[in-house]
Amino acid sequence: MPGAALGEGSVGRPAPLHPAYVRITHWINAVAILAMIGSGWEIYNASPLFRFEFPKSITLGGWLAGALLWHFAAMWLLVGNGLFYVLLGLASGRFRRKWLPLRPADFMRDLRAALTGRLAHGDLTVYNAVQKALYIGVMLAGLVSIASGLAIWKPVQLRGLAVVLGGYEAARLVHFFAMAAIVAFFAVHVVMAVIVPKTLRAIIVGR
Amino acid sequence: MARLRISVPGVDTELLARDAAKLLPDATRRQFLRAGASLGALVFLTGCDIVDGRSAETALRVVSGFNDRVQAWLFDPNRLAPTYPESAITRPFRFNAYYREDEAPDVDEDTYRLLIDGLVDDRQPWTLDRLYALPQETQITRLVCVEGWSAIGKWTGTPLREFLRRIGADTRARYVHFTCAEGYSSSIDMATALHPQTQLTFKYDGEILPTKFGFPMRVRIPTKLGFKNPKHVIGLTVLNAYTGGYWEDRGYNWFSGL
Repeated sequence: MPGAALGEGSVGRPAPLHPAYVRITHWINAVAILAMIGSGWEIYNASPLFRFEFPKSITLGGWLAGALLWHFAAMWLLVGNGLFYVLLGLASGRFRRKWLPLRPADFMRDLRAALTGRLAHGDLTVYNAVQKALYIGVMLAGLVSIASGLAIWKPVQLRGLAVVLGGYEAARLVHFFAMAAIVAFFAVHVVMAVIVPKTLRAIIVGR
Repeated sequence: MARLRISVPGVDTELLARDAAKLLPDATRRQFLRAGASLGALVFLTGCDIVDGRSAETALRVVSGFNDRVQAWLFDPNRLAPTYPESAITRPFRFNAYYREDEAPDVDEDTYRLLIDGLVDDRQPWTLDRLYALPQETQITRLVCVEGWSAIGKWTGTPLREFLRRIGADTRARYVHFTCAEGYSSSIDMATALHPQTQLTFKYDGEILPTKFGFPMRVRIPTKLGFKNPKHVIGLTVLNAYTGGYWEDRGYNWFSGL
């Protein structure tokens, strides 16, 4: 199986829960996402879409130009690292194996269990349906944020993309809500890592 | 579209104050790397050297220079910015600058001269009458501010490439640099200078440019962010040396193409 070539299921020692490329790209992604969101909040503050601003103490860049420099530098890290992760995830079959199948009935059952505090986390090798939905969901939110970000950055050169998203101003809103979805995922993700600390160990040392 | 516009604040004192605060500068500008108790601190907890001012600024500016080259490569000289019907024009159109509206420079139309310098055949200064006599075109395009908001307006003037042809500019040169009556400046790449929608603008919404929108002449570039559309232009230089600009020198990306 293709996964073997990437260190999954090698003979002798039990395969790590997360192969090295997943662990490395995960933490690079964490840095890139935090830089994108922190600087993005400072950029938002220059011309807020809604009646609130992000507190200066949690933004990155200090002022608009600094935030833009951070945003357009971290984007290369985000996209480069993300491409590497997605290509390996697809080629190795890991995405398919870990995230599929995702059945609505399983999702409803696991969601009920999760909300009533009865969802088991004994076996980390298998994702429950809520987990699968969240991972797939945040991947889609990431794609939407990149597409809308490109449309805002290049509404003339990438005119078609801006049109698909409803024009320049609509793309700003799409970019904002994609960020909000990623932040919501991030909150749940961190809370779960605190509740089930062995998941944190697994994404660092692999098991 | 009308619904979306509600979220874009109009001209008010609060905004003006904030714009002014952005200018405050040098200390503030230096501080842009100071992460404090921010996400940035969380990100770079392990890399103290990285957050240490100067090296971070240098690194970010190197990436910004790389982004200039990527954008120049992405720039299609034949791709036009979208144009809109009259009904789409944003009214009232917003005043925006690093100074208050009543501080916009008063340029005397009788003594005004557009000074020409650099790699051109004819450096004779241009009077306003002579500029007004040039063939003119009208465009209704979207101005996108570096802050994020945008507004659609109607500008009338002469395509810059036509003007460059008339003064015998060397269009193999790399840059065109503009200087302004109030001390502002900006420079653009030659490819953008030759873009069909890049315009020496004399009128806004069918009327002679009012002071607040850059009397007597501004440069309108619908393929670049608003701060690269200088107002009250009094000097044009064609050259090969990088000259930056007012905001570019303070950290905004130089190419800033749309």
